[in-house]
Amino acid sequence: MTKKHFQKIKPYIWLASFAIFSVGSFWFGFDPGKTIYQSFTKSFIEMITFIPFLFIIVGLFDVWFPKEKIEKHIGKDSGIKGILTVIVLAMLQAGPLYGAFPVAYILYKKGASIKNIFIYLGAFSTLKIPMLGIEIGYLGLKFTLARTLVALPLFIAVGYFMEWYLKNRNFKVNEV
Amino acid sequence: MFKNIVVPFLNILILVSLLLFIVPPQMIVKYLGAGSGAIGFAIAAVVGSITLIPGFISYPIASGLLKQGASYSTVAVFMTTLMMVGVVTLPLEIKYFGKRVAILRNLLNLIVAIVIGVLIGIIL
Repeated sequence: MTKKHFQKIKPYIWLASFAIFSVGSFWFGFDPGKTIYQSFTKSFIEMITFIPFLFIIVGLFDVWFPKEKIEKHIGKDSGIKGILTVIVLAMLQAGPLYGAFPVAYILYKKGASIKNIFIYLGAFSTLKIPMLGIEIGYLGLKFTLARTLVALPLFIAVGYFMEWYLKNRNFKVNEV
Repeated sequence: MFKNIVVPFLNILILVSLLLFIVPPQMIVKYLGAGSGAIGFAIAAVVGSITLIPGFISYPIASGLLKQGASYSTVAVFMTTLMMVGVVTLPLEIKYFGKRVAILRNLLNLIVAIVIGVLIGIIL
């Protein structure tokens, strides 16, 4: 096998090994393998619930929103309104944090300020409405309210810090 | 783009499933439960930072912890690090933001999560 071939199949090695391992586990009745497969399917179900919406958002932004427009709303000079906009955008989404990275890239590409990109990530990890619903159900309104109110100023502060720190350091978000 | 996003996501899921097998929810509840104190708080922060547990597994764990008598701060730091800090997803994050920014973001969020945990403990 040449190096070029290996580069081509490299991304799928984990997936292929896992598929073989899972089939093998069920075939031979290997219980730990079955348990791992079952928690994989649980996570997988969570993933397919947020992926479509993620692609819609990324796609919409990429194709329909011109850079100047987005820059005006969440760019360098967008102020409080820009912060509110990215927080609301994050609140409407679902899924784990790594699902927010592609959106962070598209926001960056369209001219969002550094501060707003990191405030978006902070809001995404703590204020998503679907998640708040589940949280209230399991941990109660009091806990959820206290956690969100404490978290909000802190992740906004992280945004300001990142902007201050990265301002003159060639910050960029790469397309993956 | 689809392939570039979905394949790393699936790899993360595989890693998460392996981690959940090595550190099962019952074990988390055992070590973070009532009277676990500062050590429980520290373990919660470390476990929460390293692992990435999907919401519908982590919330039942958290609710079980509270019923079992774990402190609000321990549960808060556990849930917050789970959401904000990701060692498992760090390689993917580095691809997007570069090494320095990705590590800095995780470190800052770890500090934020600890502050949230402490403040929740004071408020509730």
